[in-house]
Amino acid sequence: MTTERINDFVLKIGTVNGTGSASANGMLMKALFRMGIPVTGKNMFPSNIQGLPTWYEIRANRDGYMAREARVDVMVAMNAQTYAKDLAEVAPGGFFIYDSTWPRESQLERDDITVLGVPLARMCNEHFDKARVRILMKNIAYVGVLSALLGIDRAVLKQLLEETFASKPKLVDSNLEAINLGYEYATANFTCPLPVRAEPMGDNAGHILIDGNSAAALGCVYAGATVGAWYPITPSTSLMDGFERYCKMFRRTEDGQNNFCIIQAEDELAAAGMVLGANWMGARAFTPTSGPGISLMSEFIGFAYYAEIPSVFFNIQRVGPSTGMPTRTQQCDVTMCAYASHGDTRHPLLFPADPRECFEMAVNAFDLAERLQTPVFVLSDLDIGMNDWMIPELEWNDTWRPDRGKVLHSAELDEIQKFHRYLDTDGDGITARTYPGEDARGAYFVRGSGHNRYGGYTEDAAEYQDVVDRLLVKWETAKSLVPQPVLREAPEPTRLGVIAYGSSDGAVNEALDRLAESDIHLDYLRVKAFPFNDHVEAFLEAHDTVFVVEQNRDAQLRSLLLTETETGRRDLLVPLLHYNGMPIPSDCVIKAVTEFCAGKEVAA
Amino acid sequence: MTFIAKPRIDLPSDRLNDIGLRRRDYEGVLSTLCAGCGHDSITAAIVQAFWEMSIAPEKVAKLSGIGCSSKTPAYFISGAHGFNSVHGRMPSVATGAMAGNRDMVAIAVSGDGDSLSIGFGQFGHVVRRNLNLLYIIENNGVYGLTKGQFSASADVGSRAKKGAENRWQNIDPVATAISLGGSFVARGFSGDRDQLVPLIKAGVRHRGCAVIDVVSPCVTFNDHEGSTKSYAYTREHKHEAVKLDFVPPAEEISAQFDPGEAKAVTLHDGSRVMLRRTEDSYDPSDRSRALQYLETARSRGEVVTGLMYMNEDLPEMHDLFGTTARPLTDIPYEELSPGSEALRKLQAKMR
Ligand SMILES: Cc1ncc(C[n+]2csc(CCOP(=O)(O)OP(=O)(O)O)c2C)c(N)n1
Ligand code: SF4
Ligand SMILES: [Mg+2]
Repeated sequence: MTTERINDFVLKIGTVNGTGSASANGMLMKALFRMGIPVTGKNMFPSNIQGLPTWYEIRANRDGYMAREARVDVMVAMNAQTYAKDLAEVAPGGFFIYDSTWPRESQLERDDITVLGVPLARMCNEHFDKARVRILMKNIAYVGVLSALLGIDRAVLKQLLEETFASKPKLVDSNLEAINLGYEYATANFTCPLPVRAEPMGDNAGHILIDGNSAAALGCVYAGATVGAWYPITPSTSLMDGFERYCKMFRRTEDGQNNFCIIQAEDELAAAGMVLGANWMGARAFTPTSGPGISLMSEFIGFAYYAEIPSVFFNIQRVGPSTGMPTRTQQCDVTMCAYASHGDTRHPLLFPADPRECFEMAVNAFDLAERLQTPVFVLSDLDIGMNDWMIPELEWNDTWRPDRGKVLHSAELDEIQKFHRYLDTDGDGITARTYPGEDARGAYFVRGSGHNRYGGYTEDAAEYQDVVDRLLVKWETAKSLVPQPVLREAPEPTRLGVIAYGSSDGAVNEALDRLAESDIHLDYLRVKAFPFNDHVEAFLEAHDTVFVVEQNRDAQLRSLLLTETETGRRDLLVPLLHYNGMPIPSDCVIKAVTEFCAGKEVAA
Repeated sequence: MTFIAKPRIDLPSDRLNDIGLRRRDYEGVLSTLCAGCGHDSITAAIVQAFWEMSIAPEKVAKLSGIGCSSKTPAYFISGAHGFNSVHGRMPSVATGAMAGNRDMVAIAVSGDGDSLSIGFGQFGHVVRRNLNLLYIIENNGVYGLTKGQFSASADVGSRAKKGAENRWQNIDPVATAISLGGSFVARGFSGDRDQLVPLIKAGVRHRGCAVIDVVSPCVTFNDHEGSTKSYAYTREHKHEAVKLDFVPPAEEISAQFDPGEAKAVTLHDGSRVMLRRTEDSYDPSDRSRALQYLETARSRGEVVTGLMYMNEDLPEMHDLFGTTARPLTDIPYEELSPGSEALRKLQAKMR
């Protein structure tokens, strides 16, 4: 028996990559969104260009939960290769829709779900002439089937098609035909709509659908970045694609010249070098990459730390180690980025939890990098970067101006006797810099070799130590400048806490709601940045058990908390880990916390 | 402070240049290289060239990698910003710097180890991007700073100080740069300043990547008998294929150039280089013949010097990108931000 699930279901579509299913899936997402239902879409794709299985998972949830749900209510199986796996994934009471042009009744046996066969290929072959069109329209036809089964408004679909193909009205017609084919077959053969279905609930006003990489790219544009250097790597590539797209929209002069420069480097080492060179000149420059790229950039990252060159690195994390699983998600580069490069180095990290924060933190990263004159990392991941999220609209304040940090120009140089690059005159560990090209009195020699506070080369013990100790003062200053953590207090006092960051946020919030229903209460601190500050210390101090939720095997943030806070209580911090490459679902958190609490009770 | 301040001596011969600066204004801190090191002579040639060209020090960006050679930017033009980067990666820093501020006069100094061993990749890519940059390789056939190991430019058969013979094929930066589409490729010798100074000037004024490979003996590790990068060997086998003279924009071409034998090439800023062939067969605007010539000379054991190839018409990096003529660093934020209204409109399409 299927219970009714209205505006609370997971729809999963299994296809073969390279068959053009992305636009069909995008249309389904947008249609649900326009019906006012909160949605998220997650792409599970292979590291391959054509011919391998790929899935798209849409979660529609009236309460606005955004995390991945490890449950499928409606499966559209368009890839015979994966029928068995797809069938097994459907939750009891769910529905399995497949292309019955080639009937497989005997193979698709499960009596706790409903199997619905639709002869999609046959219908499209009869209706459309060209081979490629037939393949594409098969995807659109399942959209039609779903519109009948799930109650998705066909008028919304039509509107979407008209917007997409505004310049090619013929395509609107053929797509609508395909939608109708599917729709009519479903209404004629099945009871529509299903108990699992969508119902209009508003218009999602004030919200948009966007992926984190596009949002981060927009952030770079609004931050005033002019130079981007990169080497292609999944899942960061779409960030630079986005930056280029938006620069072409917003950064072209009237005579068609570019007020930006995007350089595809020969490798990540070069990309990092370009970022340093441009920032040295006074341009805002950044590079998007993923774990393997950071490994290669490490020498330059240490250079930027020691020579104090602002620079912004986006690490869209993917599964490691090594090449790992390039199209799967993890939060596995926390430790590496915190301490990237040889010698005593440490770097501010920002942890966006969704595309909106990718936008905001991209802007913030440039300010922090220039204020602190150091490399700053934005640690996003594949789940945030490449998936479609529903977020409140991005906002921009037109009075905002970049914080370029301590920079001396000719006027300021007039005021001082002599400029010394690494002399701390304010006591905050941050020294003034100058831009090349402006004034010979501000000239200095950037070097990664030993230097003293005046910027001169040194091998003198005391002079060397003077500078690296000052960098620690700067690190203390950083603590007050990086974004503060977000506290969600339990409705009642509790000694249980949870710390999470980045893309685990959705799963944790949902889990906390559900745990509260079972009377388990936890305070939640979402860490938005490294270095940690007093708020984090106070949170650790105020709890007896703190789960540290993260998507890596080695509990990297937990290690960082143990080494970089005063706590020292190893038993305080309980790792709660999910690292199979799929985005963390709330069930994982609920299960671990519930079991822990049950165990405690038994022991007590 | 442990770096050594240089005593300032006003020589009567040190006259003011067009922007009122003396030669010593183009010097840097005192060199800490070995006495007699070829690199110091190149530094002197750079000082001479920049002073004579009256380039404002603050408009110069000095870049280098790691090595004895890469230390030298500290020894010239102290009024210029310098960037002593990491080993073999200077070209990328230069690329970013010139991307940010295209108005700078960029001068890069590297070594044969820095550019042809660890940094061979970046060297190749900066040449093919034709970044507007003067790129000097101070070539001594060894890693000076790590005590004399062979570098990738060591010739086959050349002997190390302790007698070991190099067996590996050598990389010739000149032939490499020409084959990678370099737009200005020359070779000089640290012991021949008269030849080097005009090469540097032309390289600075050339719009694009000007590579000058300068044979620069390492007196400590590679100046013995059996070395093919020693002073003695280079003097003996040096062969100047094309003699170059540099004529600044406003200056008349003097009568010493016989139009029959000298060819004038006008650079983008209006200055000219006068090229005089020392033999009939050579034409520095013909890429395939340049390569052929180098190969023939190599088989004869000659060290060919002079401007080996030049093409003023190749577009430089920013031409190809379509970057605005103004340095990106000069654009005020107001012109870079699309503003809130644009963001609102853009997001209307994301619903
Ligand atoms: C990553 C890295 N590896 C090795 C070194 C050690 N190292 C310093 S200089 C140098 C060789 C420099 O040779 P070259 O560029 O020819 O300069 P020269 O000293 O001969 O002028 C090496 C290997 C280093 N600094 N960095
Ligand atoms: S070791 Fe060789 S290259 Fe280095 S400073 Fe001495 S002579 Fe020059
Ligand atoms: Mg060398």
